[in-house]
Amino acid sequence: MSHGLLTLPETQLEPLRRAYAHARQKRRTQILLAMALLLGAIILSGITAEVRVDTLFAHIDRLSGYIARIFYLENHQLVWTDPAEWFWGLKKWLRLIGETLIIAYLGTIIGALGAFVLCFLAAANLATSQVVRWFAVRFLEFCRTVPELVFALLFVASFGLGPLPGILALAVHTLGALGKQYSEVVENADMKPFEGVTATGATWPESVRFAILPQVLSNFASYGLLRFEINVRESAIIGFVGAGGIGQDLLVAVRRFYYSDVSAIVLLIIAMVAIIDLATERVRRHLIGREQSS
Amino acid sequence: MNNAGSEQLDLDGLMARYPAVMAGGRRRAARLAFACFALVASVVAGFASLDISWSRFITGFAELARIIGLMVPPDCGNTARLLLWLKALGETLSIALLGTLAAAVLAFPVSLLAARNITPAWPVRFTIRRGLDTIRGVNTLIWALIWINVIGLGPFAGVLAIMTTDFGTFGKLFSEAFEAADPKQGEGVIAAGGGELHRVRFGLIPQILPVLLSQILYLIESNTRSATIIGIVGAGGIGQHLTEAIRTLEWQQVAFLVLMILVTVAVIDFVSSRVRFAIIGKPPSRGHAT
Repeated sequence: MSHGLLTLPETQLEPLRRAYAHARQKRRTQILLAMALLLGAIILSGITAEVRVDTLFAHIDRLSGYIARIFYLENHQLVWTDPAEWFWGLKKWLRLIGETLIIAYLGTIIGALGAFVLCFLAAANLATSQVVRWFAVRFLEFCRTVPELVFALLFVASFGLGPLPGILALAVHTLGALGKQYSEVVENADMKPFEGVTATGATWPESVRFAILPQVLSNFASYGLLRFEINVRESAIIGFVGAGGIGQDLLVAVRRFYYSDVSAIVLLIIAMVAIIDLATERVRRHLIGREQSS
Repeated sequence: MNNAGSEQLDLDGLMARYPAVMAGGRRRAARLAFACFALVASVVAGFASLDISWSRFITGFAELARIIGLMVPPDCGNTARLLLWLKALGETLSIALLGTLAAAVLAFPVSLLAARNITPAWPVRFTIRRGLDTIRGVNTLIWALIWINVIGLGPFAGVLAIMTTDFGTFGKLFSEAFEAADPKQGEGVIAAGGGELHRVRFGLIPQILPVLLSQILYLIESNTRSATIIGIVGAGGIGQHLTEAIRTLEWQQVAFLVLMILVTVAVIDFVSSRVRFAIIGKPPSRGHAT
């Protein structure tokens, strides 16, 4: 086989072979070590999280049973035999779905406005003062690390039940998440226009307005739309803690075993999420298309 | 300095000479003004439709300020409670780790069936994709409620809830990663006499394995956050204690718990970005914040 191939003489080949074997051995040990660590972590967490695989398999029929049960009405008929009975609360639920969407919309807008202001202070390439930047970055981090529902609980305690705490909770979280994404977009912007505008004597806000903003605006809108999609999903469950929207009714239906109501509300939520996803997808494609054509 | 008078900007002259450019600017400004107006109007209309009054806004913020004042200094009460909380925090981490890993293991084979360059039959792909969308469309907390019905209260329900939602997420992410892979390596395997399975095994999987691993790490990170709140519905973890502290208005304890969560998330973020760095060999380009 080796007649056509040029090979090194054995004396030179030998150390190369040894080095290769050594490198492979090292990598293999590393992978084995990582595997052992992972396995240890899995076993430890299995104990902490009280994983009982036998119970799961013993009761797995309850899952299918539950999913089947929510498609039966009180009179043991399948739900689609009597849609009027299935969706008896359609009017109320649609109103709550509307409320859910408004909560998501307002939360996204308010959060995005805050993020819009803060992202320029938090971006490394535009920061005028490191102290301001440090505070802006930490603040954004705080806003996105604390889960929405924790903010919602806190705001329910101070603003009372209803959609207002839900809006504020989503807004705070959106501020943190979008603020980070926006500042990353700004950091990726071309700095030459900024230098150019600054060279004409423009102040910092003017330079940002005329050199950076046109570059980043379509990305901002696109991230904002993505965040709106996420917020629609979140606002559907924010009612679990009493912060408005359809979540409250869903929780009540699950807790009180109103089986057919559970399937009706969940289907409404899935439909809402799907419609919003499709709509924002179209808008986003439109935005991207405009960006590429210009 | 130079005399500013002679260098006055001749706006009217510019307008006359470049009508196309300048008029466009005016039209854009009008459009922008309209967009701003629509935005403000929609926000006002939104608030109005929810019957939110200004007075509630103001009293609410006053109350919020009072509560935040009550939070300092953060305090856990006694050592026994601190130990209890640390155990709950361990539960939270375990839920995130196990839920994500189980989801990844289950989603991997399904993602093969949802990827265009592996499964050519579109009805199979379509069905699986819509199924994954539906699973993903139902929030983790709703899945937690369902799983609690199946195996009872406790952290295991949380593990299963995270597993279910992320099964949908991973199925989508993995199949997209497969579709984005470079086809040339697979073609090379075929040209060397390999079959369809060889193409997937040697042409596709090695390419996307680092991507998959980094996605798994990223979701472990983000699930640490989800697992902190899953206790609100009774599915284990620190959320249970947090809800309790808020319900009983123990604000110092709330602040302590929030700090614990912040520190944990920061540590997990740090560790996972280090591991991701080791796997991919380059700094993480962009984390999608949740």
